[in-house]
Amino acid sequence: MTMQETIAASAAAGAKVFPGSDSRRYNYFEPKGRKATHYEDVTVDVQPDPERYLLQNWIISFGDGTPTYSKDWTALKCTDWHGYRAPDQEWERTHYQRQSTIVGMIQNVVENARRAGAPQRFDRAWVAVLQNHVGAFKHAEYGLGTALMRAQRYGYTQMVNNAILTNASYKLRFAQDLTLYLAEVGSDIGNFDLDAGKAHWLDDPIWQPCREAVEHIRAATDFLEQYFAVNLVFEPLVGELFRSGFVMQVAAAQNDFSTPSVISAAEADYERNLANAVELFALLLRDPAHGEDNRTMLQSWFTHHGGLAVKAALQLQPLWSLPRVKAASFAEAFERARGRVAAIGREIGIDADLPALPPVEVGQPAAAVTDAAAE
Amino acid sequence: MPDGLTLNKITSQKGIGITEAARRVADLGWTPSYVKEAMSFPTDYKISKAPRDPMKQVLRSYFPMQEEKDNRVYGALDAALRGDMFRNVEPRWIEWMKLFLAIIPFPEISAARSMATLGQLAPGDDLRTGFTMQMIDEFRHSTIQMNLKKWYMENYIDPAGFDITEKAFGKCYATTIGRQFGEAFLTGDAITASNIYLQVVAETAFTNTLFVAMPSEAARNGDYALPTVFLSVQSDESRHIGNGHSMLMSVLKEPDNHLLLERDIRYSFWQNHMIVDAAIGTIIEYGTKHRDKNKESYAELWHRWIFEDYYRTYLLPLEKYGIKIHHDDVHEAFDSIVKKNYVHKIAQFFSAGWWANFWRIEAMTERDFEWFESKYPGWYDEFGIWWENYAKLSKPGSVPITFADTGYVYPHRCWSSLVPCVIREDFTTDEVDGELFTYASEVDRWTHKEAFAAEYQGRPTPAMGRFSGRRQWEEVYDGWDLADAIQDMGFVRPDGKTLIAQPHLSFEEKDMWTLDHVRGHTIRSPLLALREMTPQQRQAHVEEYRKGFKIRRV
Repeated sequence: MTMQETIAASAAAGAKVFPGSDSRRYNYFEPKGRKATHYEDVTVDVQPDPERYLLQNWIISFGDGTPTYSKDWTALKCTDWHGYRAPDQEWERTHYQRQSTIVGMIQNVVENARRAGAPQRFDRAWVAVLQNHVGAFKHAEYGLGTALMRAQRYGYTQMVNNAILTNASYKLRFAQDLTLYLAEVGSDIGNFDLDAGKAHWLDDPIWQPCREAVEHIRAATDFLEQYFAVNLVFEPLVGELFRSGFVMQVAAAQNDFSTPSVISAAEADYERNLANAVELFALLLRDPAHGEDNRTMLQSWFTHHGGLAVKAALQLQPLWSLPRVKAASFAEAFERARGRVAAIGREIGIDADLPALPPVEVGQPAAAVTDAAAE
Repeated sequence: MPDGLTLNKITSQKGIGITEAARRVADLGWTPSYVKEAMSFPTDYKISKAPRDPMKQVLRSYFPMQEEKDNRVYGALDAALRGDMFRNVEPRWIEWMKLFLAIIPFPEISAARSMATLGQLAPGDDLRTGFTMQMIDEFRHSTIQMNLKKWYMENYIDPAGFDITEKAFGKCYATTIGRQFGEAFLTGDAITASNIYLQVVAETAFTNTLFVAMPSEAARNGDYALPTVFLSVQSDESRHIGNGHSMLMSVLKEPDNHLLLERDIRYSFWQNHMIVDAAIGTIIEYGTKHRDKNKESYAELWHRWIFEDYYRTYLLPLEKYGIKIHHDDVHEAFDSIVKKNYVHKIAQFFSAGWWANFWRIEAMTERDFEWFESKYPGWYDEFGIWWENYAKLSKPGSVPITFADTGYVYPHRCWSSLVPCVIREDFTTDEVDGELFTYASEVDRWTHKEAFAAEYQGRPTPAMGRFSGRRQWEEVYDGWDLADAIQDMGFVRPDGKTLIAQPHLSFEEKDMWTLDHVRGHTIRSPLLALREMTPQQRQAHVEEYRKGFKIRRV
């Protein structure tokens, strides 16, 4: 019998038994749980590492000798970068399913609202808030998305980079959601100035500290500083404050049920991105060799970006006075944000306690409160 | 319901047009005024003109479209299992997927990372959505390919090789070539890497052979999964080609960039040819059992996709912008395939080193010989005896063909492309920074010595990448016994002794080679040996090498 004739009749699993015929799992990494998840199978080790299997090291370098991937691209250190797994376990299929579901949800809400003529019944003062301030906020989301898109280049493992990549995808989608939503409801409302949002973003004093905070995140050269500042600082102190603490609580009272639905997608996105980020930074702070140095670095990033974010949050306070029906107060929203960021800090192991706002006296100008808190 | 009235017409709302939507989305960007963003990705190019988005897409139409594409892919994979695809699939084909799918997810995810670069370098925000979609597309490709590989591992008769896939990617002498390809997407000058090498050349030209020609061959071998996944992948590529062209048009506007563009198009085209044609040419021509003489050969496919579609309709028109195109390289690349047997010599090389693989290569048979001879007249004279020897030496206990008295001369490795220097007459050497290197051709020599340098034709090019690392696999294992090297790489089955690679497709344990069968032979680096020679010995060696060899029957 020749070698050709001994080939099995079927090429299906189990057609023959021979050494290795039942080796049907990727066997080159340690799963986090008892068995590898699908996410781990399609993610782990796709970005190679000279300290694991990259026998010949990186074979192209930058002009200054920096290799294709370098641990020096962040000030944080880790004994084992490969230990990180994103809690949301996202890979391409789950990412598209989730993004597509959100797109469909928003589309349904907006179409139904418009079909019912809802935008024409929005309170007139609220329409101005949508036009000027929700319109301004979409630029903040976009700025964070572009910062994260840059950051996803620099992580030392596929797990870190893919978590940042999906975060960028969510942020950039949401910035577009808001843009197109405002354009569509604006066309129903009439006389809705779609350029006003950007004008407020660029020039309105209310938004300048926010823009400053976002620009500082964009300009940070350490990719993990960017990831940290987005998810552990800006989002709880400014993003959620504006989205949940203001728009989602106030809109219904202005006859607007559609804007909170659009905004709610970003809140759900953030829960996942926050979980991914907390897991990473908690891992870095638990690191037996580098945990303390990492804590010092994160604390300094928190001081820098936290200061900018608090300034940005406080400057937004006048927005709570704009709707005709006052359904929420800035003080309560800020207090929740303060509690949220402190809880996140406790979760990873840094001190993120911020001073409370001074008690607001009836009739006290907003600026006075702002100045006091900033001090 | 009146004629012409549909549910869609009743329920749809007047929306904003796609042009207006794209314009509004592009207006999300602004020029920072509080802190200037540092340009983190180095480039020697100047870019002042903002690239335009030719596709005018927005993410809310992108995500549902991609989800639908995914549904079809995963539905087809389920259907393939229900239809018992693996009962009839050709193992010769699936074995090569162990190599191909070990390589490709890394270049894909590298492309995702490189969108960070282009997103930051491109002035304005018009093309940001295009880059964003490409970033997510590449994330899709990388993980969908890892999923496909897992699916093969779970359902194909011999999972060994799939089970160590990403480890194998880091260790193998052949995957090094794929790493050169993937790293080139994201390392060095940002425009060279992400725009020219990746988008303008790899995606616009060579994905046609990668993602269109190869799936056709898969289907001919009973593999319906690869076409399903890769044609879906290819449907994303048109977006990337559009991104690349738009960015290129911005770069072109600056006359100072023209010299660099000439350099980068030349380097990228040649290296893509060297790498993609080596790998995909071999898989298509040697991984198939389908020998219908009416089907196109790789040479014919290349002429259609690369020469006609890409060179004539994409590269040539760039000349009107003042970019010098190296026509001779394109013709030389084609000649290397049709006249110099590039693909056949690479296949010969892969089979010569079969024991260091993590997939199986079976011998070519009479039916294969017939087809090769009809497509490449003269093929049998040059390669027939090699494959007959290979079949004879495929039984365990034979001398590994590399060390048998066949007349084969183990090739030098090209320092630029990392592909072996198989076209012997084109082999060349040079010194860079006082050290001797070997190259497959003059363009490869130029790539290392002139293109990947701190200065190009008198112009400082500090951003250009450099070749680094332990580039030659043979150097890593120089002086090692075969068995020890195989064990070190981990290319051994779970019993600890049977090789993953086999020079045949027999699934009988008695036919399978073990470490003991290959022990006693030593790996030697041709480059280290060359460096140790005196200048006279080197010259004689190079002249002898260029003469080639004649295979003897064992």
